[in-house]
Amino acid sequence: MKASREWLEEYSDIDVDTIKLGDILTMTGSKVETIEQKGNNIKNVVIGKILEVTKHPDADKLVVTKIDVGNGEILQIVTAAPNIKVGETGQFVPVAKDGAELPDGVTIHTGKLRGVKSEGMMCGMEELEIDPANYPDKVVDGIFILDDKYENDLGKDFVEALELKEDIIDFEITPNRPDCLSIEGLGRETAVSLGKPFKNPRKNIDELNIEDKKEIEGLKVDITAPDLCYRYIARVVKNVKIGPSPKWMVRRLNACGVRSINNIVDITNYVMLEMGQPMHAFDINSIEGKHITVRRAKHNEKITTLDEQERILDENDLVIADDKKAVAIAGVMGGLNSEIEEDTKTVVFESAVFYGGAVRKTAKKVGLRTEASSRFEKGLSPENALRAVNRAVELVEILQAGEVVDGKVDVYPTKQKVHQIKLDSDRINQLLGTHISKEDMIDILNKLDIHVEKDTATAPYFRMDIEQLADLAEEVLRFYGYDKLEATLIQSDTTLGIRNKEQKIEKKIQEVLVNSGLSEIYTYGFLSEKDLEKSKISDDLKKTAITIQNPLSDEYKLMRPSTIPSMLQILANNVNKKNQNVKLFDISRNYKNMNGEVEKGEVPLQENILTIGMYGEDVDFYMLKGIVENILEATYINHYDVERETNNQSYHPGRCANMTVGKDVIATLGEVHPIVLNNYDIEKRVYLAEINITKLEKYSRNNKKYIEVPKFPAVERDIAIIVDETVEVGQIEKIILKKAKKLLEGLKLFDIYRNEKIGENKKSVAYALTFRDKNKTLSDEEVNVTMNHIISELEKALGAELRT
Amino acid sequence: MKEQIANIKEKSIKEISNAKDMKELNELRVKYLGKKGELTLILRGMGGLSPEERPVIGSLVNELREKIETLILKKETEFKNQELLKRLETETIDVTEPSKKVVLGSLHPITKIIEEVEEIFLGMGYEIADGPEVEKATYNFDKLNTPPDHPARDVQDTFYITDDILLRSQTSPVQARVMENQKPPIKIICPGAVYRSDSVDATHSPVFHQVEGLVVDKNISMADLKGTLEMFAKKCLGENTKIRFRPHHFPFTEPSAEADVSCFVCGGKGCRVCKGEGWIELLGCGEVHPNVLRNCGIDPDVYSGFAFGFGVERIAMAKYGIEDMRLLFENDIRFLKQF
Repeated sequence: MKASREWLEEYSDIDVDTIKLGDILTMTGSKVETIEQKGNNIKNVVIGKILEVTKHPDADKLVVTKIDVGNGEILQIVTAAPNIKVGETGQFVPVAKDGAELPDGVTIHTGKLRGVKSEGMMCGMEELEIDPANYPDKVVDGIFILDDKYENDLGKDFVEALELKEDIIDFEITPNRPDCLSIEGLGRETAVSLGKPFKNPRKNIDELNIEDKKEIEGLKVDITAPDLCYRYIARVVKNVKIGPSPKWMVRRLNACGVRSINNIVDITNYVMLEMGQPMHAFDINSIEGKHITVRRAKHNEKITTLDEQERILDENDLVIADDKKAVAIAGVMGGLNSEIEEDTKTVVFESAVFYGGAVRKTAKKVGLRTEASSRFEKGLSPENALRAVNRAVELVEILQAGEVVDGKVDVYPTKQKVHQIKLDSDRINQLLGTHISKEDMIDILNKLDIHVEKDTATAPYFRMDIEQLADLAEEVLRFYGYDKLEATLIQSDTTLGIRNKEQKIEKKIQEVLVNSGLSEIYTYGFLSEKDLEKSKISDDLKKTAITIQNPLSDEYKLMRPSTIPSMLQILANNVNKKNQNVKLFDISRNYKNMNGEVEKGEVPLQENILTIGMYGEDVDFYMLKGIVENILEATYINHYDVERETNNQSYHPGRCANMTVGKDVIATLGEVHPIVLNNYDIEKRVYLAEINITKLEKYSRNNKKYIEVPKFPAVERDIAIIVDETVEVGQIEKIILKKAKKLLEGLKLFDIYRNEKIGENKKSVAYALTFRDKNKTLSDEEVNVTMNHIISELEKALGAELRT
Repeated sequence: MKEQIANIKEKSIKEISNAKDMKELNELRVKYLGKKGELTLILRGMGGLSPEERPVIGSLVNELREKIETLILKKETEFKNQELLKRLETETIDVTEPSKKVVLGSLHPITKIIEEVEEIFLGMGYEIADGPEVEKATYNFDKLNTPPDHPARDVQDTFYITDDILLRSQTSPVQARVMENQKPPIKIICPGAVYRSDSVDATHSPVFHQVEGLVVDKNISMADLKGTLEMFAKKCLGENTKIRFRPHHFPFTEPSAEADVSCFVCGGKGCRVCKGEGWIELLGCGEVHPNVLRNCGIDPDVYSGFAFGFGVERIAMAKYGIEDMRLLFENDIRFLKQF
């Protein structure tokens, strides 16, 4: 919302400069976005009079002028302007003298043009950044020739003479304060902020009493949708004389960024800016049957709005209609069919209040967010609507734009609620942490027109946002001063600030991974169907993906049921940038609609997943496995099984494993399937792991107990066996563990060896076994017996052959 | 005999002190203390002495033996030290050669900022609360005093799954969930990802991160909010940081404020980061709106509370001098490794 200082001064004395005013208003809640100080960027441009125009001796397109710039000073200026002609003199023009500054930053100096001295420059509108719309009868190309009335201003500063100086403040008004989308509202804030009395220039309007009539000039009004229209008032003006608006009005409209159109339209805009109530004016003759109905639109009802666009409406939209057709989209824009024309004789001024939510939806739907709709959508006061229409017809009289017909047609089905709140000053001080006296509170509230009587505060009609004590507290604080708030610390019972189990696990994982050389990444939770295809996510999982109704693009259409595609994409980006040795991890979520939760309005499953992705020289399956094992150990997963996984399409069928606890797969890890890599244009071996932190957390038990350091010596034995290549070391280890029983303290695989001597498709596997009895020194014989059991079982079960 | 002992004493002291290496020293040990050593021989010859003389000579010999042993040991230590010094000299290395460390990875800057914030609030007795990202509209909006027709609910701003399920546009739904399930005193912060329908550019991302805070108890005031945020700002952004409250409006707080901090890049003098203003808009905050407390089953006549929330990326970007938000989500290893 823009407001000029000059207009604000109608409501309050302002004894500070505009910049300071901006600071003060920002600190009381009317946040100033920008301050534009117009006219400050034009210096040393004066009003001059052309005395003589002669030909330039050496150039056909140039003329030489003599210009009186006041005080007997006469300048010689050369110009190429098409509207300055030899022999035509006496015009008043803006003259930039030597040293003058223009809005585009140019400084004008005396110089020579084709050998002839030129002591400055005559200016056109463009050079002075003057909006030609404000001077419709003046030529835009060439020099800005002023009216003769500037005769008395000869030599005077141009900016002053044309009253171009204007300080314009642009406010960011919060949606709870539609009253401040008006000069009146901002004027009130200004007065209270500066500690000045609010000069109410509309006292006469407030005191008016206009007679209610069933119809005026044959015009009747009905509201058939009182849930969407709270009040509709019509007043009528006869014998309208459409014409231009006076300069003071145009200037104020311009300051607020509104263009002047004609006196009637300007009045509606002026009142909207002044009082915050949007208005509509239309030709009474365009209303079929002179009967206005405020009704819901019909399904697929069409209307062409003032901007000549056809709009299609439905039952959720509200229209102003006559007996045959819609003439306006309520609160959004008028219809072309009822526009005021040059020959319009009788005008209806409409001042109505609509339900904000509906206006907003309609405006959004038809793609028209207007000055009017943006005010209506915040919820306007029906009481203010009456003031506004009365003000509009008052302006008609002031502008002598027509004859105002007595009375109003006023349909007001639901009266505006008056909010009364008990003023509990102790509670306000408690909420704010202040010690403001009740008297001071009442003083602040009274200045804001919130009147307090016997501890009851009554909100004025224009402050529909004041509903309860907290609202009063905010008003008190705004004018007591947010900057005067003390900074205190909470006094209350001790609370415990500790991370919960899952948060601790996350921290632990981050620590282990950073220490293992991995870098953390952040990924978006959304992706496309294509991404799921590329990374070969299983159909079962794909089915659980959640679709966003209004995605940014197809690329971001789904919430991911798996974190793999996100990680692969980031790895691919790094490969693309030729980054070597990339080791990444991501702790983030998957989103799975497992059993139609979303359709039932329930929250779907969202698991916390650690994703690891790596490529590089030192990276292989076993390195990845080591990292995953370290994580499980660090997060107190004490028992888990490692099993080959051959069905996961994202992974290499021979290089993928699941780690399970009970029936739950808590981790999947492996080399990425070459087809998947190909889909991402990656020509390296890439390793991935997914660890389900949500599941892991269930099994994490920090129940470590000290085990006595052994007193008796251990017996070490090495064993090397030859087995078929297909035998997994996991199988060998299971047998050793089973047969060695309690005596086995440690089992370490120290060598896997293959050569021709051993045989094709065979491998030699060597283990170091440590035996110990915690109660006595073990004898060789005892160990030998156990070793024999182990060997014979390995031979029997796996066809192992002992190497010697 | 006494004379003989005195001679040995004089001689041995001299010889030990002149010994050049361990070999000589060992020879001297044998010469004096060995089975056929000079002192041993004297002891053996004591048979010819009178019973009165015997203990006198005996103790003299023992005294001398101890003396010689001590001297030899001392000399021996001397030699060992010399040897060690020599070895140490040969073992000198170039300490400026590169190390053989395990290369560490890195935490993402967003995590670093969140962690820093968490540490500060954990220290003040706050718990860290978490909630779903795919969330019910009730928690994201209705309970937070943002009814169905409110502009904040527009599809332009919020991603919807169905009319009732959406991607949370703020971490505030976590607050609503906690208030519903926990009796005051409540002191939580909720960090996490939030979603808004903004296209990706240098300063926007459809996914970003917030940390919100909530305190509900008896007598929790705006002044407490200011004090808490001041404490936070000093710990997170530097001890000299100042904080400024400006009035503002949010549906879920009343009174509401925007909090600025003195620019932590230039200290308030005015720079590029603060656009010459000396202040940086840090967060939105206020006293929890009584409607919100009511909606979550807390009596606003008995309890009050404050809430605040800010964007993590903005702080990370200002703090680390990152000018393009996209860098945070591109995850180029050369970027990540810097943190």
